[in-house]
Amino acid sequence: MALIGAAVERVDGRLKVTGVAPYSGDVALPRLTHAVLVLSTIANGRITRIDSAGAERMPGVLWVMSHLNAPRLPDGGRAGVHPPAGRVLGLFQDDAVHYDRQPVALVVAETLDQAEAAAAAVRVGYSPATAQLDFTAAKPDAYSPGKINDAPADSARGRFAGEQTAAVTIAARVAETYGTPIEHHNPMEPHATVAQWQGDELTLYDATQFISGCRNTVAKTLGIPPEKVRVVCPYVGGGFGCKGSAWSHVPLAALAARQVGRPVKLVLTRDQMFGFVGCRPLTEQEVVVTADASGQFDSMQHHSFSHTSVIEDFTEGAAVQTRILYSCPSVETQHRLVKLNVETPTFQRAPGHCTGTFALESALDELAYRLRLEPIAMRLRNEPPADPQSKLPWSSRSLRACYVSGAKAFGWSARNPEPRSMRCAGQLVGWGYATATYPANRSAASAVARLNPDGFVVIQCGTQDLGTGTYTIMAQVAAQTLGFPLDRVRAELGDSRFPDAPVSGGSQSAASVTPAVQAAAAALREKLVNLAISDESSPVYRALAGEVVLEAGRVGLRSQSRREPIAAALARSGGKEVVAMATADPGDAKKHHSLHSFGAVFAEVSIDPDLGLVRVPRVVGRYSVGRLLNETTGRSQLLGGVVWGIGMALMEESILDGRSGRIVNANLAEYHVPTNADIGRIDVDVVPEFDPFIDPLGARGIGEIGITGVAAAVANAVYHATGIRVRRLPITLDKLLS
Amino acid sequence: MSQPSNPSRRNFLQSAAAGAVALPLARAVPAPDSPQTVDASTAVAQSAIRLKVNGQFHDLSVEPRLTLLDALREHLALTGTKKGCDRGQCGACTVLVNGRRINSCLTLAIRHSDDDIVTVEGLAASDGQLHPVQTAFMRHDAFQCGFCTPGQICSAVALIDEHKNGPRAQRPMTDDEIRDRMSGNICRCGAYPHILAVVREFVGEAAADG
Amino acid sequence: MDNFSYARPGDLDGALRLVAQPGAAFLAGGTNLLDLMKGRVTTPTRLIDITQLRGLAQIHELPDGGIRIGALASNADAAEHDLVRLRYPLLAEALLSGASGQLRNMATTGGNLLQRTRCPYFYDVGFIHCNKREPGSGCDALQGFNRNLAILGVSHNCIATNPSDMNVALAALDAVVQIRSPRGSRQLALRDFHRLPGDTPERDTNLAPGEIIVAVDLPPSPFARHSHYLKVRDRASYAFALVSVAAALSMEGNEVRDVRLVMGGVAPKPWIIEAAPAMLVGKPLDAANLEAVAEAALRDAEPQADNAFKVALGKRAIVRALQRAAAGREA
Repeated sequence: MALIGAAVERVDGRLKVTGVAPYSGDVALPRLTHAVLVLSTIANGRITRIDSAGAERMPGVLWVMSHLNAPRLPDGGRAGVHPPAGRVLGLFQDDAVHYDRQPVALVVAETLDQAEAAAAAVRVGYSPATAQLDFTAAKPDAYSPGKINDAPADSARGRFAGEQTAAVTIAARVAETYGTPIEHHNPMEPHATVAQWQGDELTLYDATQFISGCRNTVAKTLGIPPEKVRVVCPYVGGGFGCKGSAWSHVPLAALAARQVGRPVKLVLTRDQMFGFVGCRPLTEQEVVVTADASGQFDSMQHHSFSHTSVIEDFTEGAAVQTRILYSCPSVETQHRLVKLNVETPTFQRAPGHCTGTFALESALDELAYRLRLEPIAMRLRNEPPADPQSKLPWSSRSLRACYVSGAKAFGWSARNPEPRSMRCAGQLVGWGYATATYPANRSAASAVARLNPDGFVVIQCGTQDLGTGTYTIMAQVAAQTLGFPLDRVRAELGDSRFPDAPVSGGSQSAASVTPAVQAAAAALREKLVNLAISDESSPVYRALAGEVVLEAGRVGLRSQSRREPIAAALARSGGKEVVAMATADPGDAKKHHSLHSFGAVFAEVSIDPDLGLVRVPRVVGRYSVGRLLNETTGRSQLLGGVVWGIGMALMEESILDGRSGRIVNANLAEYHVPTNADIGRIDVDVVPEFDPFIDPLGARGIGEIGITGVAAAVANAVYHATGIRVRRLPITLDKLLS
Repeated sequence: MSQPSNPSRRNFLQSAAAGAVALPLARAVPAPDSPQTVDASTAVAQSAIRLKVNGQFHDLSVEPRLTLLDALREHLALTGTKKGCDRGQCGACTVLVNGRRINSCLTLAIRHSDDDIVTVEGLAASDGQLHPVQTAFMRHDAFQCGFCTPGQICSAVALIDEHKNGPRAQRPMTDDEIRDRMSGNICRCGAYPHILAVVREFVGEAAADG
Repeated sequence: MDNFSYARPGDLDGALRLVAQPGAAFLAGGTNLLDLMKGRVTTPTRLIDITQLRGLAQIHELPDGGIRIGALASNADAAEHDLVRLRYPLLAEALLSGASGQLRNMATTGGNLLQRTRCPYFYDVGFIHCNKREPGSGCDALQGFNRNLAILGVSHNCIATNPSDMNVALAALDAVVQIRSPRGSRQLALRDFHRLPGDTPERDTNLAPGEIIVAVDLPPSPFARHSHYLKVRDRASYAFALVSVAAALSMEGNEVRDVRLVMGGVAPKPWIIEAAPAMLVGKPLDAANLEAVAEAALRDAEPQADNAFKVALGKRAIVRALQRAAAGREA
C-alpha cells in the first residue's frame, strides 16, 4: 500500500480539533508558579534603579529578579551563543540596555494575575543614551558580515570578477531600489516555557522548533551538562523561525525555577512578542539588471542592506538566490548590515529568499516591460542547465514544467500585457508573475523504531511538528517501510530524549527526518523478519529473507496466503520489545549537486480604481520540490506560505517609532496579518519530479518556498492593473491613490 | 491571601473552603449595593461563583479580575481554549456563552454564574463522537499547528447557529460572507481556504439544498 | 490587571449610587474597558457591572415612529434587530463592519459610544507623552507615526480619532443620547456627545461623572432606502477604518429632499459635513456636485506627516458613498 505520497489525514487531527493537544503553555505541574517579564522602555542606555519593594510586598509574589540579584552566568551569559539556537541574550548580567522591550526584570508569583500585577509595579529607572534608530542615517556605516551561514556575504562572477565575457548589445537596464519593512512572525501561540528542576536536572516544556538546540543552548548558558537538560514540546503553535532560537525568557525561566524551588511557567504576552524574540529585518535592496533585446540576461547586481542589533549580527540573505536562479554571465551580490538599537532580527519564513525574490522578480518584471517581452518567455531564455554559480548539476529542476503548468491553470495566455488594460465589475484587474525558490537543505538525523508487545510500532525522533505534519509523514514512512497499517504506527517527537534531529527551519525536517525514520523502520523490519524466520511456530520458519513478506503487520511467505501478526512471534520470543535505531546523514550530496526547489507563482489582483483597495482573488502556484510525502499536509504548507506572501505584499509592517525605538503597532489589531476575508482562491500543486540526490525518498522541504515569489507576483500584478510600480512593501492603498 | 494556582478541582474546593469565603449551596453573587473594600496593593476578597462549563458545575473562589479565559485554563484545567493575545484581537479564546461566541479573554469569570458556557472540550458527545464541525475540520485539513483551532471551531459552530436562527436563515451564505463572519479568528498558518470549505458545508449553497 | 472591587447592582439607582464612589467605572460589554485595563491605560478600582440591568437592553419603537436602542443592547443584537435592519440599514451596516462576530456579541451601544481612541501612543503606556492619558505630558503622535490619526478637528494637544463605526451612522441618523443621573434625566444630540480635544484632550465626551447612558433614540428616518456606510481600511476585515463615510439621502424620485453626510476615521468625533444638505438638496447627484461636496468636506483638513493621503481618500470615499446611497438598496 502506498502511504508515502498519499493524501493521508493528519494523525494528530483529533487531538487538535478536541483541544486536547498540549502546548507548552498548557502544561500543569504540582506547585506551579507564574513568571512575568518586565521589559525596557528605552532603546539605549543603562538601568540606574530597580525599585521592586512595592512589587515584592504584593500578594503571592515569590521573587523579583533583575541584574541586581540574578545569578552570575558563565561567560557573562554568553556561553550558549551559537546561532541559530543560541543567540546573544538579555539575562540580567549587567545594567546595559540595547533596545526597547529588552528584558530587564522578572517577577515570580503564585498566580498569573499576581505576577502580572507585580510586574507592572516594578519601577525601573534609566539613564538613556542616544540611540541609533535611523536606518538611512546609519547606512553609510554599513559593513559586511563576512558570511551568511556558510555562504560568503559577497559574490562576483564574470565581468565583476575581472573575467572576459562575450560582448553584448544591451537593450535595457533596470536599476532600482526595493524595500521591505520590519516584520514580526506572530505565530498564534506566544512563546511559552515551563521550567522544572528535579535535583540538578532541568526539564523545559518550551515552545520551540529546535528541541536539541534549546537543550544545548540552555545547558551551556547555565553551565550544566546537556544530559541534565530535557526539552519537551510535542506541539508548537506555529514558529515560522522565531522559535528556532532559545530566547532570553528560556534561561530566565530556568533561573527563576531554581531560585524559587518550584516549577515556573513563563508565557509571553502578545506585545512582548514584538520585543525580543526576533523579527525579519528591514531591507533595502539595490538591483541592477541588464539584457539584450532577446531578453538574454547579461548582468545582475544585487546589493542588500538590512539592519541588525548592536549586540549580534544577523544577515537576511536577500541577494543569495540571484547567484543561481537564472543564467547570467556576470553577477555580483553584496550584503551589508546597519547597526541599530533594536532587537536582533532572526530567521523568518524563507529568510533572504522571501525578501530577495521580491526585489529580483520585481526588477525582472520591469525589465520585461522595458524589452516588451512576455515575462515567462524572457525567463525561459535564461533557464540555466546547471547551477550558474557553482557549475554543479541541479539535483533536479523542473521550473520549466512549473511555468507551463501554472500558466495553464491560471489562464495566463489571455493576458494583455498593457497596464490598465483589464477591468472587471469596475475594478482594475492585474495579472502578475514571479519565480519562487528556496534551497533544499538536509542535516543528519536519527530515529528509533520499536515494536511493542501490544503490536504497536512506535517511531521516535527528536524533531518538531509546528503544523508542518511531521507526525503524519513519520508514521506514513514507517508504516510503509515496515509493512504495517498506519493505525498501528505511532510517531513520537518533541522530546530531547529522542534521537537528535535538526531545527525545523530551513525547510529541512522532511528531508532529514524521513530518511532516518525509513532507515530505522527498515532496520526494525529486518530484525522482525529474522525473529520470525528463527521462530519454529512462525509461517516463515527457516525461510530466506527474500521470501518473507510483511504487510498490514502480518508476516508470511510470499508464495503462500497464510499470514500471522508479527506480534505473535514477538510474544513467543519472550514478549520484549524489538528496537532498531538508525542515523541518516546527508553525505556529500552538496559537493556534487546543487539542491534547490523552484516554483512559478501567478497572482490576480482586483483594485478599486478610486480607493486603492487591493484584493487578491486568486493565486496559482506550481512547485518543483521533488516529491510530496503527503498530498494533504504538503499542499497545506504551500498554501500557508502563499497566505504569508499575501500578508507580506499588502499589509505587514512593524512600525518603529523613530524617537523612542519602540514598535508602535505591537499588537494584533494594528500589526495586520491576513484575515479570512483577505484570502481568495489559492491553487497550489507540485509538478511531477524525481530528485534522487536530496534523500532516499526524493522529497525536498516545502515549508518556506510557498512565501517566495508571492509578494513580487502581487506587486507585478498591481503594476499591470494600475501602471503604478510599488517598490516598497507593503502595498497599502495610500501608495495607489495617485 | 494568595491562591495557589492548581488546576485540580479537588484542591480548589479544599483551598476555597479553607479561605475566608463560605460556599453557599445556591449560586453565589455578591449582594447588590455591597461593594467589597479594595486596596489595590493587597488582596481583594474573593467571591464564590459557580460556573457551568460543558454541562458541569464548578464551584470556584475567584478574584474579580480573573478573566473567563484564565478561569477555564488556570482553575478548571480546560486548556483547550487558547490565549493568543489576551486583548480580543485574535479570537483564539473564543468560547460559547449561552450559545453565542465571545472572546473569553475580555470578560470576567465573576459575571458568568448564570451562564451556559461551552468550550471546545464540550463539543463532542459524551460517547466521544465528534461534533460534525470537528469532523469537517479534520476532513478538510482546516488547521496546521492547531493553536487557533479550538477558537475557529467554536466560532464556526456559533456562526452556523447565528445563520440558522437569524433573519436571513432562508438564504445561504456566500463565500465572502462566510469569510467575513469568520474573520474574528486569525490563523497564522493560513488554513483559511479550508476553514471556509468547512463552514460552507453547513451554511453555503450546497448545504441549503441538503 | 490590578485588583478592583466588583459590584452588581440590582437596579439603575443602585448603579448610579455606586458609580459616585472614587475610582468607580461601569462595566458593560467590557470589550474596550477590560482591554484598556489590561494595558493599564485606565485603572478603575471599582467596577460596577450593569449587564444584568436587562431593562436597558431593549430595542423598541417610540410613539413618534422612531426607535429606542437600549444602552445595553449588544452591537450584534442591534444590527440584526428587524427595527434596525429594516428602518435604519445604515446603522446595521455600520455595526456589522466593526470588530468581529465575537466582539459584536459582547459590545454594547453605550460602550461603543464611549469607546476610546486607538491612537498607539494612547494605547501603549510605554509611550509617556499622551495628553489624553496624562494631561500636560505632551503628544508623542504629533511627531510620531500618525498615519491612522486625525486630519480634522485636531488640536496641538491631540490628534486622536474616534474609532467607532456605529457613532458615524448614529450621527448621520440624528441620534439622541438619553442620559440618567441621580439628578434626573437629560438628553444630548449625538453630534454634541463627543468632544474635540481643544485644551482638554483627556475628555472624550460630554457625559459627566456620575451619569449613565440609558438609550439612544433615532427619529423616524427617510433615509432607509438610500443610505450607505463605506468603510476603507488596510485589510478586508477586523480592522479599524482609515476613513469611513455614512451617506444618507432622502429621495423622491430622482430629487434629493434631504442629505446627511458624516465621516469617520478622520477626527476625534464623527465629522458631520454641514455643507452637504445645502449643496445637494434639490440638485442633481452628478459627478460635479458630488466632487464639490467632497472638496468642501475636506477643505479645512490639516493633514499630519503620515496621513496626508486621508484627504484624497476622504474625498473619493465621500463621492463613492453618495453614489452607492443614490443607487439605493433593494426593497
